[in-house]
Amino acid sequence: MYQYAIIFVAVCAALPAHAANDAELQSMREQIRQLEQRMQQAETSGAQATAQPPASPGDNAFNPAVSLILSGTYGRIAENPDVPATGFAMSPNNHGYSRSFSLKESELGISANIDPQFRGVATIALAPEGGSSVENAYVQTTSLGNGLNLRMGRFFSGQGYLNEQHAHAWDFADQPLVYRIFWDNQLGDDGLQLKWLAPTDTFVEIGAEIGRGRGHPGTDREDSNGAGATALFAHIGDDIGASNSWRAGISLHHTRRVDAVSDNVPDLPGTVDGVSNRFSGDSNTYGLDMVWKYTPNGNTGMGSLKLQGEYFQRRQDGLLTYDYTAPNATTAGANITDSYSITQSGWYVQGVYQLMPRWRAGLRYDRLDPGTAQVGALNSANVISNHAYTPTRSTLMLDFNPSEFSRLRLQLAQDKSREGLTDNQLFLQYVMSLGAHGAHQF
Amino acid sequence: MQKILYVFLLLLCGNAHAALSIFACEPEWAALAQELGGDKVSVYAATSALQDPHHVEARPSLIARARRAQLVVCSGAELEVGWLPVILREAGNPDIAAGKPGNFEAASYVHMLEVPGRLDRAEGDVHAAGNPHIQLDARNYLPIAKALSARLAQLDPANAAFYNSRVQSFSSNWQAALTRWEAQAAPLKGQAVLVQHRAYPYLESWLGLKQVGELEPKPGMEPSAAYLAQVLARLQQQPARMVIRAAYQDGKPSEWIAQRARVNVVALPFSVGGTDGAGDLYGLFDDTIARLLGGLK
Repeated sequence: MYQYAIIFVAVCAALPAHAANDAELQSMREQIRQLEQRMQQAETSGAQATAQPPASPGDNAFNPAVSLILSGTYGRIAENPDVPATGFAMSPNNHGYSRSFSLKESELGISANIDPQFRGVATIALAPEGGSSVENAYVQTTSLGNGLNLRMGRFFSGQGYLNEQHAHAWDFADQPLVYRIFWDNQLGDDGLQLKWLAPTDTFVEIGAEIGRGRGHPGTDREDSNGAGATALFAHIGDDIGASNSWRAGISLHHTRRVDAVSDNVPDLPGTVDGVSNRFSGDSNTYGLDMVWKYTPNGNTGMGSLKLQGEYFQRRQDGLLTYDYTAPNATTAGANITDSYSITQSGWYVQGVYQLMPRWRAGLRYDRLDPGTAQVGALNSANVISNHAYTPTRSTLMLDFNPSEFSRLRLQLAQDKSREGLTDNQLFLQYVMSLGAHGAHQF
Repeated sequence: MQKILYVFLLLLCGNAHAALSIFACEPEWAALAQELGGDKVSVYAATSALQDPHHVEARPSLIARARRAQLVVCSGAELEVGWLPVILREAGNPDIAAGKPGNFEAASYVHMLEVPGRLDRAEGDVHAAGNPHIQLDARNYLPIAKALSARLAQLDPANAAFYNSRVQSFSSNWQAALTRWEAQAAPLKGQAVLVQHRAYPYLESWLGLKQVGELEPKPGMEPSAAYLAQVLARLQQQPARMVIRAAYQDGKPSEWIAQRARVNVVALPFSVGGTDGAGDLYGLFDDTIARLLGGLK
């Protein structure tokens, strides 16, 4: 195209006003031939082709990329879901279940490159009862190089496997019990994360996080300048042949719980509705995670299988105040403080199999160990040290995916996480995403 | 001790003299990069021809490979939108970020077909930049090879002359092959075909095939039995000579149609390595044309 324009201009310039004679025509033809030759040389020498191609709109076609997740459920549960798992009354129980029809959080995601150095991501959760909360709001570097990635702001921790995944990417309608109870569904914090990817053909990633300790088991302390929580994690992963890939990880999380108050905690005297306990002390958690995916020839379609499992063990060591009197309480509690330490653990394994092109089925098994507490002498007649019960849950899932942007799910669960309260649960759920085509993590 | 030190220094400095490290999203670009770079490049193909390039997982191994890549060669036009952004982000390698010289999108150098006039997900998996399956028009390789070779020379100026001579010989060989393929494919001109996925506009425009239907109700959506019955009914009015599918696709929908409409199923390699015959770029088109001609019988 371009060369013809040049030739055209050249011809015009060479054309005198009067009619050209044969000799002039001959010389013009020669000039054109030389010009063409020079154009061809320029092209093949590559000098011209090094010019940058036109930019592709890519992820920034809508600058910034905006996506919205819409989700709702129908739930049938027999027992009160607010009763915590046996032995975990001092842990969160944010189950998210509701009976009958209900709208789930709508998740608004916005992301874009900020400048050549930074990329920004925000995920705003819009609660069905009104109000919104900032789920994620972070900036990350894009130009550090050497395998380094730094994040600043509010983000889900990189520990474990499920922790970083947003609710719409879960394979079940809810989180495994160990995530609900140990991490209040997902560990998120305000702070810094530095990840380093090793320059090897095997995937080896090491990450460190430091934050204010906003997410459970941290206790958000506004009166301290120091870091509230730290996390370290490592992931390693690779392929085995064309059809198998895996990733395994270990993690360590440390925080100090300060004045963490739990209400309705059952006690040895059998107080109706339990008592309020206050705990201050160290919390150290280590975790193991593993995911293995079988995808025939690397295709996520029919016949693919995803197996994953995670284990967390937490040691808490400090002082427990039994029957603590809240500052604004009307009746005074016993307020007995003594040492308290406990090691608790939990794990889940799950598998999701693609039965047919648009159908997936999944099975999950959850198990928790409430542990045996070492309770100081002053509280030995008050605080339950051993519940002698192992909470478990089995979950079945079937989902139908009309496209990669829509999912309809049926979930059945038998929840035996509360002693004496076996609950058969049914959930119907839709999860749909509109807007920018987000890329999914492994 | 001294030996260890040498090994260490070698590891440390080794990279400076090593071949240009290329991460190719699809096998056809891996083959082209190898063709143009010879022994001056080391090429890693992120996917195989038996993989649906729309639905690749951002596997840890891919992130690890992208970490040290100096050049990423992909189709572009949003074909890899579901996985490549994660890889580029996680790799911590700014050299291959979109827009950098280390990020090459082949679709930028060819004329795009099926650029949608209306962007709506109700139309299925459509791509704003046009249909991304540009690798099936053999003519597209000439401008792409020229641009890719120039990119190799830009990233590795020491070997610029080498790359230049490689692309010159590739272009003349390819030109000759084009003439041969077009002559072989002459009987295909104007033949009516049915396709399983909307992946062949480039092949059709090159060889003059006439597409009369698609098995997927919308691009990227698996056909249901009811929809296939509709396609079959339409075939009565507008018969086709064959059903075309890619090697990576599930054969059931095309087999279903083929049995009932009494047409041939042609499983095309779709990319290098998709069939035994498609061992390299030349084989890809030799085999594609041979299979299409077989479909006429």
